[in-house]
Amino acid sequence: MVTFIQQLINGLTLGAVYGLIAIGYTMVYGIIGMINFAHGDIYMIGAFHSLIVILVLGFFGITWVPLALVFVLVIAVSLTALYGWAVERVAYRPLRGSTRLAPLISAIGMSIILSNSVLLLQGPRGKPLPLKTESQFAAPFQLVTQDGISAQITDKQIMIMLITVLVMVGFTLLIKRTSLGRQQRACEQDMKMASLLGVNINRTISLTFVIGAALACIAGLMVTLYYENIKFNIGFVAGIKAFSAAVVGGVGSLPGAMLGGMLIGLIEVFFSAYFSVDYKDVAAFGVLVTVLIFRPTGLLGRPEIEKV
Amino acid sequence: MTVREMSRPVAVAVPNLERLKHALAAGIITFLLTSLIVGIETVSSTGELTFNTRYKEVVIASIAVFFGSWVVSLMREGRPLPALFGGGAVTLVLGALLIWNNLDPSLTAWLPFNAPIVNWGVLIVPASICARAAQMAAAERARAEGRATPLAGVGKALEPALPWVGIVLLVGAIALPWLPLGERTQAKKIIDICTIVLTYIMLGWGLNIVVGLAGLLDLGYVAFYAVGAYTYAMLSVYFGWSFWICLPLSGVLAATFGVLLGFPVLRLRGDYLAIVTLGFGEMIRIIITNWRAVTGGPNGINNIPRATFFGLPMERDVPEGVVSFHQFFGLEYNPNHRVIFLYYLILICALVVNFVTMRLRKLPLGRAWEALREDETACRALGINPTNTKLTAFAMGAMFAGFAGSFFAVRNQFISPESFVFLESAVILAIVVLGGLGSQIGIVLATVVLIGLPELFRELKDYRMLAFGIGMVLIMIWRPGGLMAHREPTIRLHDKTRAPPAVAAAPKPAAEAAK
Repeated sequence: MVTFIQQLINGLTLGAVYGLIAIGYTMVYGIIGMINFAHGDIYMIGAFHSLIVILVLGFFGITWVPLALVFVLVIAVSLTALYGWAVERVAYRPLRGSTRLAPLISAIGMSIILSNSVLLLQGPRGKPLPLKTESQFAAPFQLVTQDGISAQITDKQIMIMLITVLVMVGFTLLIKRTSLGRQQRACEQDMKMASLLGVNINRTISLTFVIGAALACIAGLMVTLYYENIKFNIGFVAGIKAFSAAVVGGVGSLPGAMLGGMLIGLIEVFFSAYFSVDYKDVAAFGVLVTVLIFRPTGLLGRPEIEKV
Repeated sequence: MTVREMSRPVAVAVPNLERLKHALAAGIITFLLTSLIVGIETVSSTGELTFNTRYKEVVIASIAVFFGSWVVSLMREGRPLPALFGGGAVTLVLGALLIWNNLDPSLTAWLPFNAPIVNWGVLIVPASICARAAQMAAAERARAEGRATPLAGVGKALEPALPWVGIVLLVGAIALPWLPLGERTQAKKIIDICTIVLTYIMLGWGLNIVVGLAGLLDLGYVAFYAVGAYTYAMLSVYFGWSFWICLPLSGVLAATFGVLLGFPVLRLRGDYLAIVTLGFGEMIRIIITNWRAVTGGPNGINNIPRATFFGLPMERDVPEGVVSFHQFFGLEYNPNHRVIFLYYLILICALVVNFVTMRLRKLPLGRAWEALREDETACRALGINPTNTKLTAFAMGAMFAGFAGSFFAVRNQFISPESFVFLESAVILAIVVLGGLGSQIGIVLATVVLIGLPELFRELKDYRMLAFGIGMVLIMIWRPGGLMAHREPTIRLHDKTRAPPAVAAAPKPAAEAAK
């Protein structure tokens, strides 16, 4: 029971990260129907931006976590969002309207460019978080204790879940209530019609990438704080798992992306706790295949209607 | 005069202020993008993370992008002269500095970037802007004088030569080991690179059946390559089976895997299939990495036996009673014999793949693939079973990957999960797409560009992958349909320009194979 609760908490934390990345995939897929392979590397760039901002803040003597977090959220998130914009502008916009595979190859190329430039610029070694978090955070809360083992939740995990909930609320309001969100949804349903009605398509698509990159950066920040060590190649695995999460939840559905993320996170954590750590990724992909076979449009996806 | 002016492309004039704003924005964005990732270098020494700044590079890059954006915008309007002179001047100054620096290293501080290779790489940008501007200026002048634009006829003139390119390449490939390639080690290096290129050509041709002909996006192709490689490696190391028995077995086993995977997932459409194949590829790799008892885990399998020349081992020293290759043919022992043998082996394998593909395209099955690629619903209406048709394409592609895999194992004598990462799948897919979906000769060109060129620059290890990625993006933007766009159906109804299918299907292997 204790193990179960502990793994549940760990799984939800990991799932929150996957979910935030998955939203970027699902939004882009929903609006222009391409797999943005570089999105995982945008997340990696976000993690590096967060780490570097924390490092520089430490140099100026700002080590109080809440203040540092505000700085990171403003600087790192806006710079990473700019990366999302630039990648779309450089590698995808010239290819809009060509074959379906062209932007995919361009995206794979972009992913290679991003991860290898970070490898060359920042070195191949893992980067430890420069913030001494032990002194800043209180001891973990004991939730349930049984036979001397207790399930605990740390401040960081609470923070990650809190940030995720806040970001999701803000993001849902953005999509549901603002005119920007309306334009985004209109483009998703029918781009040609939206453009006839005066929606600026290019701007809307760019903003989709910007929002996706911003969310990926928040995920990157959380991972940096949580694992306290990042590397140039973390984008690939997180990226394909987040994309799996988006597909499991139903591509194009925003709550689906979060649900899928949570599901993949939980399965990964439970599988490594009860069966085998080595094969946790096999379990995650196994779930993906199973879901697709029985519900080809994902858990919350709308069934595709085919017109001839 | 008026007519000539009207026929010129209409360039939209942008106000100067607008252009300045645009260039400024490009410069500022470059500054922001590079400010943290380039500007601050994190250094982790003795557990502590510290940083160095590199703002010289950031500022130089931003200014370069500002001016570059300005002259390119002028060039787009039909005013190539600033680009011509600006790009030329930068190229000359930077080039001179670089060459001078090679003779006298005290100039290093004057160079924009620290790594010499980056400086040389950056040189390409102003040089290509300058070249493009020069081309535009020449075309402009030719138009003003009423001459034909230079270079305009080149593409047209080359078109009839296209069928011959394949034959020339084929003859070149067969003759390669007999050409004077220099001394032994150098010849070995060249043939080795060509062997690698041919392996990728074979994989590209195999994946082309799946992606190019049947239109199924497969992102886990390398899984079948891995199945083939591990089949040979394990059968030969554990049971001592010969390469010539294992080669067909590898293909059969890989095809079986293809069918097993394909059966449940081929009902899915398009991108879902892509993600499932990607997941499958990763699963195979994870299983290989972790199933230590059988696959050797991350350490891989060592000392895989070499292939024999129809039973004649190609070694210098052979056990008593066994005749080796050089003894049998009365030759001086030369380690290059084995290299050349492997080269011909993969050449034959690749040509077999090509030949089978060319033949299959003419069979009802191949036509069903192409029809399925164009419109699945229509195919279903016409009574083609989409699942079975896709399954054959999938299995066929997987089988060729299995052959290539067992060749890879026998050539390298060592395999590990490192060789079967997703990047390999991406590279093979990139070859197929960059070559132009469905074009056999395009795949050869794309492989030479993507594999051959970087293979020559092996010393630049990390920069090689970067250049590879940049190449992928640039080729896609430049030619979204691939180098040789080829989406023509092989067979058409009521096509008078083509010979009837019965004649076209007559056997002429050499010419067909070369295509």
